[in-house]
Amino acid sequence: MENLERILSDHPFFHGVNEGFVALAAGCAKNARFEAGDFIFHEGEAADQFYLVREGRVALQVAAPGRGAATFLTLGAGEVFGVNWLVPPYRWVYDAKALERCRLIAMDAKCLRGKCEADHSLGYDIMKRLMPVLIDRLHETRLQFLDLYGSHG
Amino acid sequence: MMSETAALLHARPMVPQIAHVRRRRHDAPDAWTLELEMAGGARFHYAPGQFNMLTAFGVGEAAISVSGDPADGPLIHTIRAVGPVSKALTQLGPGDPIGVRGPFGVGWPMAQAEGRDVVVVAGGLGVAPLRPALYSLLGARDRFGKVTLLFGARRPEEIVFRREVEHWRGRLDMDVEVTVDHATGDWHGNVGVVTNLLSRLDIDPAKTLAMVCGPEVMMRFVSMALVDKGVGEEAIYLSMERNMKCAIGQCGHCQLGPTFICRDGPVFTYARLKPLLAIKEL
Repeated sequence: MENLERILSDHPFFHGVNEGFVALAAGCAKNARFEAGDFIFHEGEAADQFYLVREGRVALQVAAPGRGAATFLTLGAGEVFGVNWLVPPYRWVYDAKALERCRLIAMDAKCLRGKCEADHSLGYDIMKRLMPVLIDRLHETRLQFLDLYGSHG
Repeated sequence: MMSETAALLHARPMVPQIAHVRRRRHDAPDAWTLELEMAGGARFHYAPGQFNMLTAFGVGEAAISVSGDPADGPLIHTIRAVGPVSKALTQLGPGDPIGVRGPFGVGWPMAQAEGRDVVVVAGGLGVAPLRPALYSLLGARDRFGKVTLLFGARRPEEIVFRREVEHWRGRLDMDVEVTVDHATGDWHGNVGVVTNLLSRLDIDPAKTLAMVCGPEVMMRFVSMALVDKGVGEEAIYLSMERNMKCAIGQCGHCQLGPTFICRDGPVFTYARLKPLLAIKEL
């Protein structure tokens, strides 16, 4: 547990979180490892984990008929993914696939939701850290949508 | 002493010199690179970031950045076929004549970059005007600190200079990260906008000078991201692309507020451009 606390506090997502919160969050955390090509989760499955990337790269994909798997975002060390744990119906809406050997921290979503509910200060802190990630991803998606590099760009 | 190119330009800035296409290479679905040879074999001198007005005879003239190595080799331009002139230029083949006026404008701040870490951020065909700067950085590698290239493209097949970018990725004295906006399963690189790469970058902002070229919207957000990382607005350089016609600041087509892109740029600091980029009517 002590080791997980240190790993969590070293991860950018938890930078600056007070030790008590880190200890609480670490109670929901475990190490996870995936090899290149492994699926971490599939669209439609229950979103029962929240992931912090320690090493390796992860592709978030949606499959489109006739086009195969389309990757819309890749993530690397220091980043997080799988925010569907936060809101009902707690279901993945895309696939997550390891592009290379990945070391992740998997946070048990039900456990984390319970702790955030029981301690709103922890919940608010987690929320303040998640919102910028979500806002940045929304903004980046808009830029992708604008198709800036096309011949009109 | 003034070079032959500069002397001709000084005397008759609106008169093109004649060159011939030596080689033509397809670099991306809609982009071609032309190697040019000046009539008489004269060497064409230019600084990284400068541009030429290229004439497709009988069709018209377009402003195109030089994309070759300023220290060596033929005059090289990489052109995207978008309008009648650029389409005609990209259809020229070996031996065809082409008009060259230039070089024009203020290029990349190579002297100011000496002794500093340099972050080069390219979007799409924006890598073309940056390539001469990259050649200069790598050609005098010991004069600069860390050199990083962040390159965003639309799709994997639209990565211009792909083989060269792969070669740069293999070098130990520079860091290269490429990302694409859209990808299918056979692409194993990064996917996401180029600002995403920037957010992962570990830099010393006080030591960093940035050179950025790509669509204007991309440059705005890259500049903001660099400022967020602590890089000074005076240390961020952008290459602008507007409607250049005369290239000598006379016709006003490329005017952006009080500046003429052709004469005062195309490279400007973000500090200078920031208030102008915020005016939607400009």
